[in-house]
Amino acid sequence: MSDDHVDGNALAGDLREIFAVDLTVATGQCSGCGYRGSVATLRVYQNAPGIVARCPHCEEVVLRLVRGRDRAWLDLRGTVSLEIPLPSP
Amino acid sequence: MARAAVSGRLTWRVAELAEATDITKSARGLVFDVPGWPGHLPGQHVDVRLTAEDGYSVQRSYSISSAPDGERFELSVQRVADGEVSPYLCDVLSPGDRIELRGPVGGWFVWRSADQAPVTLVAGGSGIAPLMAMIRTRAAEGSRVPFRLIYSVRTPEDVYYADELRRRAREDAGLDVHLVYTRQAPEGSPEPPKRLGLATLNTHGWPADFAPNVFVCGPTGFVETVSDIFVALGHDPRRVRTERFG
Repeated sequence: MSDDHVDGNALAGDLREIFAVDLTVATGQCSGCGYRGSVATLRVYQNAPGIVARCPHCEEVVLRLVRGRDRAWLDLRGTVSLEIPLPSP
Repeated sequence: MARAAVSGRLTWRVAELAEATDITKSARGLVFDVPGWPGHLPGQHVDVRLTAEDGYSVQRSYSISSAPDGERFELSVQRVADGEVSPYLCDVLSPGDRIELRGPVGGWFVWRSADQAPVTLVAGGSGIAPLMAMIRTRAAEGSRVPFRLIYSVRTPEDVYYADELRRRAREDAGLDVHLVYTRQAPEGSPEPPKRLGLATLNTHGWPADFAPNVFVCGPTGFVETVSDIFVALGHDPRRVRTERFG
C-alpha cells in the first residue's frame, strides 16, 4: 500500500485538453497482462517530468503523457486498445 | 444534463472568487463564478492552475462540493502546510480575485440521479468534497434514492459541513450519516476512536445483495483499504468507484 500515486480520475483534464471526449470512462486493455478496466482506475504517478499511468493489476506502464509548452507527447504502447463510450448518432 | 452542451477540447477559463468561508480550522470553502460555466455532474472536479510572474506554473485538481447552480460552484480546499497551491487558495485569495481553472472534468466518479440503485458513500477526511456534491444534488433534485454516508475523520473538529450534515441527516429523507472518529471521539460518544474497518462498513453501508453504487474518496491508503473490504464483502468491483487524492 503506497500513497505516492493517485488514480486515473486525475488524467481527466489533461486528456480533455487533447481529446474531444472524456477518456477516463474508456475501458483500456493492458498489453502486459490483458487486464481490462476503466482508465479512471489506473494508478497515476504525477511526480515525474510527465504523467505515468500504470495497470492496477500488473503495474505495467500503460500510458505516459508529457506536456510541453506548445505540444504534448502521448505514449500508449502499454495499451492494446481503448473502448470509448460515445453518444448514439 | 448541462454537460451535453460541452463540446470540443477543454481550455482554461478565468474564475472569480465570489465567497470564501471556513469549513473547518484547516479547510476553506471557495465559491467561484465562471461566465459561461457549462454546469457539472456531482463527483466531477476542476483543475486549478497558478502561474508565477516568472512563468513557473503549478496545477492541482479539486473536487466540486456543491450541487449544480448556474455559473457558480464551490470547491473545498484542505490547507496542506507545505503545499504550493492550497495555502495560496486558503489564505491569500480574496473575493474578487481571479484564478485560472478548467473543467468540469471526469465522468467516472460521478453519481447520476437517473440511476435508482442505492448508494453507499465513504469519505476519508477531505474526501467528503465530491460526496457532498452528490448529497446536495440528491436533495436539490428531490431524489428518493437511498444514500448512506460513512465519514471517517480524525477528530470532531475535522468534520466538514458538520452543521449541514447534522441537519440533512434529520431532514433529508433517505439519507443516513455515520461518523467514525479515528483519533478523538466527541464527549459522550458510545465508541472509542478507531479506524474504519469491515464491521462498520458492513453495518452502515448497503449490503452487496442490494447491488448499491459505492463511492469511496480519500487518501490513497484509505481508499485502497476500504475498496478491498467492499470487494471482500461481495460487492461487484465495477460498482465500487474510487477517487484517490494521494
